[in-house]
Amino acid sequence: MIRNKTLQDYEQSINQCVRCGACQAHCPAYLQQRNEGAVARGKLAIARAMLQGEVQTGAHLTEDMSMCLLCGSCVIKCPNKVPTDKIVGAVRRELSRQSGVSLTSRAIGAITGSTSLMKKLAQAVRRVSPAVFRKIPASSGLRLRFPIQGMELRTIPLFAPKNLFAYYPEYQPGDPDKPVIGIFAGCGITYLYPEIGKYMIEILRLLGYSIFFPHDQGCCGIPARSAGNGPVIEKLVRQNVAAFSRRRVDYILTGCASCHAGIGELPETMVGPVEEFSSKVMDIHVFLYQQGLHHSLSALPRSTSRIDLTYHDPCHLRTHGITREPRELLQSLPAVRYREMENAGSCCGLGGTFSIAHYEQSQKIGALKAENLKKTGAQYIATACPGCMIQLQDAINQAGLHTQVMHTLELLHSTLTHTADISRLKELLPSVNTNQ
Amino acid sequence: MLNKDLLLSLERIVGPENVLTEQSDRLIHGYDATQKQYMPDVVVYVENSLQVSEIVKLANQYNIPILPRGAGSGFTGGSLPVQGGIVVVLTRMNAILDIDEDNLTATVEPGVVTAHLQREVEKSGLFYPPDPASKEFSTIGGNVAECAGGPRCVKYGVTKDYILGLEVVTPTGDILHTGGVTMKNVAGYDLTKLFVGSEGTLGIVTRITVKLLPKPAAKKTMLVQFSSIDSAARAVSTIIRNKIIPTTLEFLDATTIECIRGKTGLPVLEKCRALLIIEVDGDQEILEKQTDKILGLLTPLGILESRVAADHTEAEAIWDVRRSVSPSMRKINPDKFNEDIVVPRSKVPDMIRALEKISSTYDVPIVNFGHAGDGNIHVNVMVDLQQPGMQATVDKVLLEIFQTTVDMGGSISGEHGIGTAKAPFLRLEIDPATLHYMQMLKKALDPNNIMNPGKIFLETSPEQLAFPTQLQDDPQ
Repeated sequence: MIRNKTLQDYEQSINQCVRCGACQAHCPAYLQQRNEGAVARGKLAIARAMLQGEVQTGAHLTEDMSMCLLCGSCVIKCPNKVPTDKIVGAVRRELSRQSGVSLTSRAIGAITGSTSLMKKLAQAVRRVSPAVFRKIPASSGLRLRFPIQGMELRTIPLFAPKNLFAYYPEYQPGDPDKPVIGIFAGCGITYLYPEIGKYMIEILRLLGYSIFFPHDQGCCGIPARSAGNGPVIEKLVRQNVAAFSRRRVDYILTGCASCHAGIGELPETMVGPVEEFSSKVMDIHVFLYQQGLHHSLSALPRSTSRIDLTYHDPCHLRTHGITREPRELLQSLPAVRYREMENAGSCCGLGGTFSIAHYEQSQKIGALKAENLKKTGAQYIATACPGCMIQLQDAINQAGLHTQVMHTLELLHSTLTHTADISRLKELLPSVNTNQ
Repeated sequence: MLNKDLLLSLERIVGPENVLTEQSDRLIHGYDATQKQYMPDVVVYVENSLQVSEIVKLANQYNIPILPRGAGSGFTGGSLPVQGGIVVVLTRMNAILDIDEDNLTATVEPGVVTAHLQREVEKSGLFYPPDPASKEFSTIGGNVAECAGGPRCVKYGVTKDYILGLEVVTPTGDILHTGGVTMKNVAGYDLTKLFVGSEGTLGIVTRITVKLLPKPAAKKTMLVQFSSIDSAARAVSTIIRNKIIPTTLEFLDATTIECIRGKTGLPVLEKCRALLIIEVDGDQEILEKQTDKILGLLTPLGILESRVAADHTEAEAIWDVRRSVSPSMRKINPDKFNEDIVVPRSKVPDMIRALEKISSTYDVPIVNFGHAGDGNIHVNVMVDLQQPGMQATVDKVLLEIFQTTVDMGGSISGEHGIGTAKAPFLRLEIDPATLHYMQMLKKALDPNNIMNPGKIFLETSPEQLAFPTQLQDDPQ
């Protein structure tokens, strides 16, 4: 039986915090707030006291626990690697269990209490086809994560008329000598950006892989983890493990950084037989890199007119050490002039329910990103996570920039399908004004 | 239970949203890097010196302790609310008010993170040298309170050498201005020096003017391996005697090397028993000469291997060896007693030998590394306190370490401060008359003993430790 790890399951990890305070330098929420409740050390002290039954749950405790982007930045910099992001998930589940009210419900309560936010939300909702929204399963992360965030300008209109499942059968055979690839699309790609899913599947098809795309897969569970909804996480994990056990696959690839963390970290967040499933999970960039795609692309002649492009590290790839692969793939593209962005690895500020409960802080973190982006002078910014794409677009709009946000897969796909005529790559990209 | 009127007054001063009283709020403002936990009565986040002044006056009125707090990353308990009270958090007073490129000074609020200040002044080609290991998160206010050091202090000195002027809220709530913004200033007593390193017991610093230097153009890093601590120590004194002051001169002893063996990117030789990391800075042309000269001096001393970093990446690889120490040490034993003794430079080998002897006498691992260039040794006694009688053994070990340090003409703390952790040992180093003078000063400036009480001076001396206790503490 698969179940969530409880606070008790994390006891040993919680006790490994030595209170050094190094997390203060790396937490995007702390850098905004500068209060101990925002930072990992404070949360771990509370978690320890909760385990020992030494602290009463109060409004500030709940508030402090909501003040976490689950980005994992503190974990990689922690001398003892205490998995605070996972522990905060467990605390949130514990708080939801105790109070019977999920943090998201509380967060949404906070939004509806704000007139300006409500106005924007209402505008946005008017633009959504209710029919489309109904098709999204109730357990989907989008219900928790995107509708509110989506009020910003172009997000909601992006709800696609057809979702990714409508485009592809469950199984597409390829070269029998090549591995079978399982595709885990995730909610963002399935419902908001099905074209990213199409690029992903078509790149793999071009390279000759067989594709298994189970239509009964669900959300990765990250938004539910963020919201502290334990029962939903368990349901989703069981559903996904079952879906991918219907056919033998060699890899389960993701094109969304959060999904990669959500389904790849199960041995760290769940108790039960999840190891086999999670061990197959790989980010598509890592897979393509391992296949040497960047070498093939580098061998192509460089285009005479190139676009200036930068890259934003999604936290959920960066904290898994995946920073080199997307960059080298982008740098290998013939029509790209790559420009590194200052603090490319700092969080964009979305952070699941964080952006709902703490919209202003989320916007401030986004504004820092926009500032660094502006300095690069890039016309395009690529990233590897639909969540980051939404937040980056929002930050760009707020800052009045004209940079185009795209998924790395879109560029890879354009190049691969038009290698005969590299100069056409520019035409194929979303239109922006370039003077060349 | 906190007085209701006091609470209302605090809310009036800083606004209700900045006064925290929930149990979880108090819990998370009652610890520091010593991992000790106390419970304050109330936590207040402040924004300016006027608020601090009013809060201190209230604390006197209600006779309740007041505890300044920055990043809470101290190693000796300086910010712990050992007697409860009001924790005043200064992290939001984090403005850099001025960087003066003409006079080479910067004026900042105490909550500015040290590394942030360094990055900002470096944008103008300037340099704030003190670099405690915690610089990425510790605040400049905390650095001033503890007089923080760091590896670069060999060449550049410690925090007190860079503080020109302070704004201080005294224990009675007055706002003082010490020193100024000039290099030279002898008007009246040097109160600046009094407050730097006073561990928050004499007041709360609310504004700091620091001296800056021109940023060195470049630096060069080298790693030298030795077959014995003696040859490494000879190397250190040879370098200094030849009038070369490196920026940093870090050493790792044999126990430390055993911890990191096999865990470093750069190879550590089988026969290596001591390791020096030497960094020099300055103009590029001078650096080449300096590294050549250092290698020329060291080669006859019998080094196993030397490696000079060709670029930044290689320098980082060398520093990674040093950085690998702390994480790998935890594998020896779960509990670490982290001391920062300092002895005259020439005594470092004697001290290391004494530490080895203490380690074998009491059969506890002691891992030593640190700043060989200024004699500041990080002594880490690694134990498992779950073992019966271990705490008593640790007490004896620490006492012996400190006594040996003092006997060699050293100090029980180079850069961490006394706080609560080293208070029991202060008498080993400071003679009764001097200690009494310090306590008279404290009493004169803080008559109600509300400013960070219970620090530096022990109120009652623990009898289990056989100290020379001729001088009785004033009960106040």
